[in-house]
Amino acid sequence: MTATVERRRTNRAPYLLLVPAVGILLVGMGYPLIWQVVTSLQEYGLKQQFGQPAPFVLFDNYVELATNTQFWAVVVKSIAFCLVTAVVTLVIGVLLALLMNVVAKAPRIILQVALLLAWSMPVVAAMTVWIWLFDRRRGAVNYLLDMIPGVDMNRFNWLESPTTFFIVASVIVIWMSVPFVAFSSFAGLTQVSEEVLEAAQLDGANGRQRFFGIILPMIKPVIAIVFLLQIIWDLRVFTQITMLQDAGSKSSDFDLLGTYIYKLGTKSQDFGMASAVSILVLAITILLSWFYIRSLLKEDEK
Amino acid sequence: MRARTARTLYGALAIVIALAWVFPVYWMVNSSLLPNTTLQSFVPTFVPFGGSLNNFAAALADGEFYAALGMSVSITLIAVFFCIIFAFLGAVAISRFRFRGRKTFIIAVLVVQMLPAEGLFIAQYKMVASVHLLDSVIGVSIIYIAAVVPFTIWMLRGFVAGVPADLEEAAMVDGLSRFGAFMRITFPLLAPGLVASGVYAFLQAWNEFTVALVLLPSESAQTLPLWLRGFVQASATRATDWGQVMAASTLVAVPVIVFFLIVQGRLTSGLVSGAVKG
Repeated sequence: MTATVERRRTNRAPYLLLVPAVGILLVGMGYPLIWQVVTSLQEYGLKQQFGQPAPFVLFDNYVELATNTQFWAVVVKSIAFCLVTAVVTLVIGVLLALLMNVVAKAPRIILQVALLLAWSMPVVAAMTVWIWLFDRRRGAVNYLLDMIPGVDMNRFNWLESPTTFFIVASVIVIWMSVPFVAFSSFAGLTQVSEEVLEAAQLDGANGRQRFFGIILPMIKPVIAIVFLLQIIWDLRVFTQITMLQDAGSKSSDFDLLGTYIYKLGTKSQDFGMASAVSILVLAITILLSWFYIRSLLKEDEK
Repeated sequence: MRARTARTLYGALAIVIALAWVFPVYWMVNSSLLPNTTLQSFVPTFVPFGGSLNNFAAALADGEFYAALGMSVSITLIAVFFCIIFAFLGAVAISRFRFRGRKTFIIAVLVVQMLPAEGLFIAQYKMVASVHLLDSVIGVSIIYIAAVVPFTIWMLRGFVAGVPADLEEAAMVDGLSRFGAFMRITFPLLAPGLVASGVYAFLQAWNEFTVALVLLPSESAQTLPLWLRGFVQASATRATDWGQVMAASTLVAVPVIVFFLIVQGRLTSGLVSGAVKG
């Protein structure tokens, strides 16, 4: 293998092979990214939409953001939403993986099929079903909760207050994301050797000790990556929030970063500020992704 | 004995969780088959009684459905076609050659793959608008190909690397040209990888909402997810015909679910390792 590699070093072929991919990435991602960096340093509002030149204002947009309480409220909400959702997803996903590991084949396959079906649902279709489930008048959720003695959920409007709105959003995102976590963790669990576990059991380790002493350390790499991906994905919940806002309220109290940027761009037509927020979102994503990318690169070097 | 009881209990728990998890999917199909008069009732119907397809007929009668279907199909086909070609060439480059800039390219691919649509759509909107491609198939397709190519390269890289160069060289010793060896030996072994990446690109393009929302502002140029959202949006102002919305959701979801379940199995088949051992 190495011999062939050496021989091909001066070849032009790999560069030619990369031309289409690099070309489309430069057009679809590269140019917009550069435009965005430049625009984030400009005053680019309504006037510029109608052809006036955009003056460079250096970091004015960023300074304005830093002093904007509404922006900070959105950032805090987004981070809280993302962390809570990612942690709950991870915990449920790992627990389900452990469950798959201990049950007989039939219940395991039933659980896996159910998770696969949920996983495969298109986001927009899933959102319509969940909005229908949480419908205040005839939704199944209110009906079922109302049946619990002492609970009055009749016509309870989940989308009215930001707290319950984000609880609903979080439930939906968790429902969608758990299957990926469960399957990845289960794949990790199947790597844990039965013999080691049996030996530990013979030596008197109880279930908890086996979990925290053997299983958890062995599936830790998988869990770390999955958790990181969840955090990154839960920062980008634009579709879910937009559709819940369609059914509820479009007020800025219900915004997370994605919808906030969208409204800055489409409603206020303030592309300078929208670009600045976008750059911040991209920067956070790249920072978070770095560990994930590093682990993938290691895989490439193998 | 105690262990066996525990196992049975866990099994029961697994089934209960499975039912709870699949419930929204079931609910979608169930509601889509019920007449609206039943859905108007304040007591939900948990077991399907009718099995009437009226809701599907009504959803399909919506003139915009076929326009949206046409839009989705064209965009998806273009995205899948170019994505597979571009990604395949890229994957061959990074797994068959060692060249200067290889690592930079891989890092760039991995970084781009992580970028959220929400972080770029304002700029993509301005770019596409400036070349008058809003509401067009081409504008959205370009962004979709760029968004999907990175992960597809990464996915195919594994498949290409899985076909040993030795196998190709053995064929060349037997008298095939480099191109011939590649087409006859490597390419067939890559088929599962190409199918998997094609399905991946299909799922991404078919389900995509964010970029479509921004780049297809006009009502006449909606993709299926945008069309479906229109139903929900209308529900805020008038009494929603949930049976029809659920029928529409089912129509959008079924091809996705089918493809997803197929690729799940395909991805795990170890075709390449068998070829080398045999």
